[in-house]
Amino acid sequence: MDLSFGPEEQRFRAEVRAFIEEQLPQDLRDKVHGGRHLDREDYLRWHRILAARGWSAPNWPTAFGGPGWNAAQQHIFEEECAAADAPMLMPFGIRMVAPVIMAFGDAAQQARFLPRILSGEDWWCQGYSEPGSGSDLASLRMRAERRDDHYVVNGQKTWTTLAQHADWIFCLVRTAADRRPQDGISFLLVDMRTPGVEVRPIVTLDGEIEVNEVWFQDVVVPAENLVGQEHRGWTYAKYLLGHERTGNAGVGTCKRWLRQLRALAGAQRSGGRPLLEDARFRDRIAQLEIELMALEVTNLRVIAMELAKRQPGPEASMLKVLGTEIQQALTEAMMHALGPDALPWHHEALAAGYSGPSWEPDFALPISARYFNHRKASIYAGSNEIQRNIIAKMMLGL
Amino acid sequence: MNFDFSEEQTQLRDALGKLLDRSAGFDARKELIRAGQSHSPKLWRQLAELGALAVALPEDLGGTGGTAVDTMIVCEALGRRLVLEPYVASAVVSAGLLAHAGSAAQKAELLPKIAEGQHLCALAHGERAARYHLPHLTTSARRDGDSYVLHGDKHVVLGGDCAHTLIVSARTSGGAEDRQGHTLLLVDAAAPGLTRRAYRTQDNLGAADVELRAVRVPVSAVLGEVGAGLPVVEDAVGLGMAALCAEAVGAMAVMIELTADYVKTRKQFGVAIGQFQALQHRLADMLMRLEQARSMTYLAASTLASGGPSVGANAGGGEGGDAGGARQRVLSAAKAMVGQCGRFVGQGAIQLHGGIGMTEEAQVSHYFKRVTAIDLTFGDADHHVAKVSDALLR
Repeated sequence: MDLSFGPEEQRFRAEVRAFIEEQLPQDLRDKVHGGRHLDREDYLRWHRILAARGWSAPNWPTAFGGPGWNAAQQHIFEEECAAADAPMLMPFGIRMVAPVIMAFGDAAQQARFLPRILSGEDWWCQGYSEPGSGSDLASLRMRAERRDDHYVVNGQKTWTTLAQHADWIFCLVRTAADRRPQDGISFLLVDMRTPGVEVRPIVTLDGEIEVNEVWFQDVVVPAENLVGQEHRGWTYAKYLLGHERTGNAGVGTCKRWLRQLRALAGAQRSGGRPLLEDARFRDRIAQLEIELMALEVTNLRVIAMELAKRQPGPEASMLKVLGTEIQQALTEAMMHALGPDALPWHHEALAAGYSGPSWEPDFALPISARYFNHRKASIYAGSNEIQRNIIAKMMLGL
Repeated sequence: MNFDFSEEQTQLRDALGKLLDRSAGFDARKELIRAGQSHSPKLWRQLAELGALAVALPEDLGGTGGTAVDTMIVCEALGRRLVLEPYVASAVVSAGLLAHAGSAAQKAELLPKIAEGQHLCALAHGERAARYHLPHLTTSARRDGDSYVLHGDKHVVLGGDCAHTLIVSARTSGGAEDRQGHTLLLVDAAAPGLTRRAYRTQDNLGAADVELRAVRVPVSAVLGEVGAGLPVVEDAVGLGMAALCAEAVGAMAVMIELTADYVKTRKQFGVAIGQFQALQHRLADMLMRLEQARSMTYLAASTLASGGPSVGANAGGGEGGDAGGARQRVLSAAKAMVGQCGRFVGQGAIQLHGGIGMTEEAQVSHYFKRVTAIDLTFGDADHHVAKVSDALLR
């Protein structure tokens, strides 16, 4: 047993750190650090910088133009990006649809879609949830009817993250209704510019437009956009969900937030004294620190499993629950470190191009907005209750 | 970066598992308790033959030259079988302290005997008013010619009921809370003026309160430097904390197995109660607590083995700092996590067993009591959260 990174991994970390130090634009770094909003172009700028270095798809094998990193390298890369306040790489193309296209798409689809994901030319979004189908995803109702060389798609997707920026959407659609729900679902790729596709924004409790409804009315989709076999989409969807959950611990981001939390508690005053001197509040930070230390090692244990080519299964569910719970606890503690400073809600100041008067303290609003926003973490990607069901079934045999 | 055990470690774990399954089952344990014993000389000899009593001792003194990772492997196996022996008190804390601070003569005299299972030691440091605070010390050692004369009272000396030699801490200078002035002395448990009141702890292990009234020991009994004993005690307790974490992980894993089995067989409302989501989710949470506790146990053991932590969140963000402080922080974090997880898993296991879990007959109740006792030993979760918390101020 050796919990340290070896010389090769340390060299890799140094290389990544030096690259980020040199290449990450300061304005992007400041925006991420301050919790300000990033627009489409902000994300893409960082994506293109990484693409030029061959690092825009950390999880891809070399055969498709990825760096071919092992799990430990991917972990180090993510940790360094988070520590440096780099913008998040959008997962919808790189982490979600791409592995499905690699595993189940045909050569023409791979040649057509993967290079454009790698370069950032295409922004993807995920068409899974529907108003009546959340945790019970297999009950989805959006129909795709086959007519000659195309499908006609009708129905509605919802909670579609950043659909307003997207060029493409990958959808689970119902292609057969006469059998078990799981056996009549197909995996379809839809160009967002197709007539009949309409994006309607949903304003969330933090005042943001991050998710949307996407409506489909008689949308014509070429049959060549079907991934794999018709009616086999549920298998591909489950494959994707496994990929989605492994990355959800977010240890790198949590470590950054933990450091911010301590700094915040050192700077905020309570009765004129640093809040950090209040043992009750300090114990809360300590408790989070302990939980995060453990999560980091738990995460590394799963990575070690991957390195040993043992496919993690339900462990990914565990990381999802533990990771999102500590993310939420950190956002909560940061807001409580602000105390009454968290109350003023100058929401307009968060906008990407805001140039109005500044408010004191200017770091407060993003922190309270983040608390509200991160209630999503225990809901998305399979709610934490669903993950507990999976753990009980797969790991405890219940 | 790997979490694998070496071939030797896997062999040790398997051989130990076989021995314990054969010789230290739940019935054997019950028998020992009924006979009023906390220690089976026969099992102890068998552990010695496997090398389990000396995994972390240097090879030239009868050990196998392993590290805290080897100790962890042994302790997890002991925890899984709920073994009563004073393993942590004698083979981990006392032997580790001797190996670290003893003179060549003291080591040569005691360590081979400990490794061979002929001799038991216990650290007699704690006092009532100290609670978990290690610097607190009022027992005194007064120099008198070629001797020291000891006065004081030691509280809950683990393994003190059957130890042959006590490692007694006593003040040679300073006030009750001073970090300086601790001196460690080897004291024969049968020395005149020393009275032991032996008893069982809540988990059926053995302990004793020790009265020292004008106990006279030669100057050669001093272990380590006069007045500089506290860091030695802290390091030894650190070894004990990591070992207890591993024991607790073994015990928690068994509690979860027992509980999962139970809810699959117990029927109410016409179905196995494991079908109910309320119970499933509680068990899933228990499993996640076990894995977090296991991760901290790995981190604690590998930190002790390598001298300092290599991974692990640090709110202070510092990458430098002193290795000793960083090591203490990791150990405290591990003990806090294990204490909290042990409570969560143990209380949940009793709850999900229902009335059966309340009985003395049920195995799960004994595992629960062991993890409860582990939390209360060498500092409970609150104590160690406060240690991590106070490190945030530095």
